[in-house]
Amino acid sequence: MYSDKVMDHFQNPRNVGKMEDADIIGEVGNPTCGDIIKVYMKIEDDHIKDIKFSTFGCGAAVATSSMVTELVKGKSLDDALKVSKDQVAEALDGLPPAKMHCSNLAADAIKDAIEKYRSDSEEKDEE
Amino acid sequence: MDKRYYFDHAATTPIDEKVFQEMEPFLTEEFGNPSSIYQEGQKANQTIMEAREKVQDLINAEDSREIIFTGSGTEADNLAIKGVAMALKDKGKHIITSEIEHHAVLHTCEFMEKHLGFDVTYLEVDGDGFIDLEDLENSIRDDTILITIMMANNEIGTIQPVKEIAEIAKDHEVYFHTDAVQAAGQIEVDVQELGVDLLTLSAHKINGPKGVGALYVKKGVKLIPQMNGGAQERKRRGGTENLAGIVGFGKAAELARKRLPEKQKKLIKLRDKIISNIEENISKAILNGPRGDKRLPNNVNFCFRYIEGESILLNLDFLGIAASSGSACTSGSLEPSHVLLSLGMSHEVAHGSLRISLGYNTTEEEVDYLLDKLPGVIQKIRDMSPLYDG
Repeated sequence: MYSDKVMDHFQNPRNVGKMEDADIIGEVGNPTCGDIIKVYMKIEDDHIKDIKFSTFGCGAAVATSSMVTELVKGKSLDDALKVSKDQVAEALDGLPPAKMHCSNLAADAIKDAIEKYRSDSEEKDEE
Repeated sequence: MDKRYYFDHAATTPIDEKVFQEMEPFLTEEFGNPSSIYQEGQKANQTIMEAREKVQDLINAEDSREIIFTGSGTEADNLAIKGVAMALKDKGKHIITSEIEHHAVLHTCEFMEKHLGFDVTYLEVDGDGFIDLEDLENSIRDDTILITIMMANNEIGTIQPVKEIAEIAKDHEVYFHTDAVQAAGQIEVDVQELGVDLLTLSAHKINGPKGVGALYVKKGVKLIPQMNGGAQERKRRGGTENLAGIVGFGKAAELARKRLPEKQKKLIKLRDKIISNIEENISKAILNGPRGDKRLPNNVNFCFRYIEGESILLNLDFLGIAASSGSACTSGSLEPSHVLLSLGMSHEVAHGSLRISLGYNTTEEEVDYLLDKLPGVIQKIRDMSPLYDG
């Protein structure tokens, strides 16, 4: 049911692991629905310098997490925000229909991280 | 192909070589319709009678005519529930079942509520999956017409006190149906000793073919047929018989009965080895279902904290191991197993379940391979999980 690319990213996830000194951490999902994705970012000059992820979830949840980190790594925050769920699925040669909805949350984790980072920066500016 | 390690015998089993040999002529030259009057038909008819007697022997029914062949265990469950409900609807419209039934029973009961105005009580179970007999007795009403509670659970292997349930049903003059699809061939199933009125069987769970099941209906039990057509199965299930399938079912039943004592002994040993090994070598592993003789000999079910079941299955599959999970991701819905949730487990924990089910041909060497690989797989997925702190 999964494409070869999904299986590859599931079996050999890119950028997997936690980051002790992350500038910001994004998180989506909840344990009830069976998927939690966390992304850890180092940000420099408004670019994603480094990224890691950790995921609780099914094969699709792991593969989309892995893929999204590849897609946004090195990008500016504005460009990273433009990476959509559909793009992530496409880059993996598609996902089974049932998984498109429930396990394709990785792009949301990126957005969550960037939004948090920006609101943190604003607060610092105000101080 | 690389060697496969098959640990999903509760889902289905391979057809035994002896069963296949018995079936083969009926897929080719012996093609007669059992309803036909000439020789080919009569031969087929005779063959079905013999198969029926073998299924009768497996469950020690009094008369082979108490066995109705169906197209599956699911169909037999449907026939039992709908058939009794229709026959007794003027007496009452209340059915009692449990929360942890197979969907073939659960969804049929829901259908009865939604479309036919029946009222269904779903009994809760305790942490090991047992119903409470007092609860059961208290939920019987004047209009209760049927109790349907499975003999053994397909996910967690809990063996219900079927004999005691049958006694309560009898005291209150209510029919009792039990789905014994997972129990037959694993533990002794004796319908006379148990005192059940209706009992469901399936061939492909006991090394027989897919596409054939049976319903035992005790003599005198009122049942309205659900498949209308010809006079097959003594007018209780229309449709030309699945001749080869029924022959295979008969042979599988015969083998299951012969093998039972030896198989039970072997599988209990392997089951308990798997359970103690996992508990020793993997932290935060929770056994689902009871221990000892109230658990099916071929069933092991664990929840591994912090991880999700489909990931476990995919990783095991890479290593040649086939098993199953009650995770939502493997069921096509967003909800994890209704059985695990009924035990009182949180969604998060229920997502991380793994069922290992053994067959009569499972070897100790295969079990050792599984036990060698499993801790690494669990650790690999935990290392990826945001819920796990090492």
